[in-house]
Amino acid sequence: MTLLHDLTGAPAGTTTRALCLRLSAIGAVLAASAGTFAYAGGWLSPGVLTPARLVDRFEQVNGPHPGFRRNHAKGLCVSGSFAADGTGARLSKASLFAPGRVTPVEGRVALAGGQPYAADAETTVRSLALRFRLPDGEEWRTGMNNIPVFPVRTPEAFYEQLLAARPDSATGKPDPERLAAFFAAHPESAKAAALIKVRTITSGFADSTYWGLNAFRFVAADGRATPVRWAVVPDKEPAPETTAQAARTDRNFLFDDLATQLRQRPLRWHLIATLGRPDDPVADATLPWPSDRESVDLGTLTLTGAEPEASGNCRDVNFDPLVLPDGIAPSNDPLLSARSAAYARSFTRRAGEEKSPSAVAATPARGADL
Amino acid sequence: MSDLPRFNLPARVLHWSMAALILVMLLIGVAMVASLADYHVLVAVHRPLGLLILLLAVVRLANRWRHPPPTLPADLPAWQQRAAHASHVALYGLMLAMPLLGWAMLSAARDPVTLAGPFVLPPILPHSPLAYAWLRALHGVLAYALFCLVLAHLGAALLHALIRRDGVFASMAPWRRRRSATGLQADA
Ligand code: HEM
Ligand code: HEM
Repeated sequence: MTLLHDLTGAPAGTTTRALCLRLSAIGAVLAASAGTFAYAGGWLSPGVLTPARLVDRFEQVNGPHPGFRRNHAKGLCVSGSFAADGTGARLSKASLFAPGRVTPVEGRVALAGGQPYAADAETTVRSLALRFRLPDGEEWRTGMNNIPVFPVRTPEAFYEQLLAARPDSATGKPDPERLAAFFAAHPESAKAAALIKVRTITSGFADSTYWGLNAFRFVAADGRATPVRWAVVPDKEPAPETTAQAARTDRNFLFDDLATQLRQRPLRWHLIATLGRPDDPVADATLPWPSDRESVDLGTLTLTGAEPEASGNCRDVNFDPLVLPDGIAPSNDPLLSARSAAYARSFTRRAGEEKSPSAVAATPARGADL
Repeated sequence: MSDLPRFNLPARVLHWSMAALILVMLLIGVAMVASLADYHVLVAVHRPLGLLILLLAVVRLANRWRHPPPTLPADLPAWQQRAAHASHVALYGLMLAMPLLGWAMLSAARDPVTLAGPFVLPPILPHSPLAYAWLRALHGVLAYALFCLVLAHLGAALLHALIRRDGVFASMAPWRRRRSATGLQADA
């Protein structure tokens, strides 16, 4: 009997050699289990881009802004409803497309970028995020931008682009060499940037078209799936920005205008689905679909009110683009799962942080001159 | 040596199926939070599997209450008896707590707790980002605690199986116990 026998409670008949062998076997099983866990958790591959590293990069280029979204940080909450036309019902079994169905909607308009106190500028990308509340706890959440294609194809390219486009502290502009190197490495982004640059910039949030950009699949009651991209298109005739507008110094003029317009009357958009053909790219948001694709008007989105971000309303919602009702399914666009993961990380970080008031107030200090 | 009866069949089936499920859940959990490409698919599996564990844990506790498990060998040192008991309480606690935390934190975040297709569980907490932040952190910490406990449990089980050979492992083994040199009895 050895001390080892005593400690392990091995029967006296076990030889010390056998005991050591068996103990090593147990150790090996435990080490292999721990190793598998570490491998699955990515600890053995420190070079791989993870959701946490992607969100770190937003924080790195924008500086710390605790409590705010790591992207699209400056925003205003909106609310209204969606009235279905019934035309979507043949494409998707999601109950919100049933003829005559009216679904309550909450949303958020925002400016892209991680600076919650940046001054409004015409060229900054505008966004509209929506949360449709269906019966029985189902929801549809979507985030859309006023650009016709997305600047990058993959999350890895987004990660590189964030650093390449970071404004230099001396000039306030991105380093042209770094930017050129990024575009050289990502020709798809160079093409997308050209399309984004020539887009018509309208006078405000109210007359902007917002594109979902990523492809999804509408799944009908009979199981048929159709590739789709959607957009909300304003009822209001888009007005190009005026020189008077361009000269405005009010830091929140885009948000203030929208809040003022919504106090006067509801604003309407049409939810338009563009139907893809089998060969259309679904996994590359930098590529537009051919302009002759069939599009379907699914119904009318009416926004009736605006409220500043505060506890409980749109501020504390994660507009995860993969919160989908039965009848809408993701495509294999790599941006979709990456967005879901990065938004969850951003949401988790900001949820636990001290909140500061949004730059955008409830009622604009002065009535915006419309 | 005392003669150890086996756990009843439902207990053994539940033990081994839940062991596999919990290991898979722990791996899915750590893999999904580190993955951009597979995040969505993994989370979509994580939610219903986790709630299945909750359901099975309740069934298992009910079975355990009606069919008390075999006692540990009398010659097992008292501290090991206590450690075994405490670790089993902790394992049951975590099997219930982990899925409840997952459900509660998504409720506090106001994210739909989608199981499959149109099936969504109702929220069990009011909307509160701060509650979400705490529960999410706890879900992570307790997941690591559960993994450590599973490792300790596995190590102890193998010690009983390969070294002590006292019938403790055999009482939960999925296969029938063989008559062995130490004079263990066949099924009680
Ligand atoms: C991999 C690519 C992308 C990454 C890493 C990314 C990252 C982020 C992050 C971190 C947020 C803040 C989330 C939060 O804290 O709630 C955000 C918000 C947003 N993103 Fe993205 N994004 C990506 C692609 C896109 C695309 C393709 C679109 C447009 C279709 C888009 C539209 C939006 C919108 C509209 C918001 C604001 C939602 C709101 O108001 O809460 N993003 N993004
Ligand atoms: C026995 C049951 C469960 C186990 C063992 C488990 C395990 C895990 C683990 C290991 C993580 C990663 C923690 C980290 O690294 O921070 C995780 C995260 C998570 N779990 Fe669970 N979980 C369980 C049940 C559930 C349930 C029932 C739900 C939801 C209904 C859920 C939802 C989540 C979510 C949403 C995350 C975080 C995703 C993110 O932060 O992006 N879990 N879980």
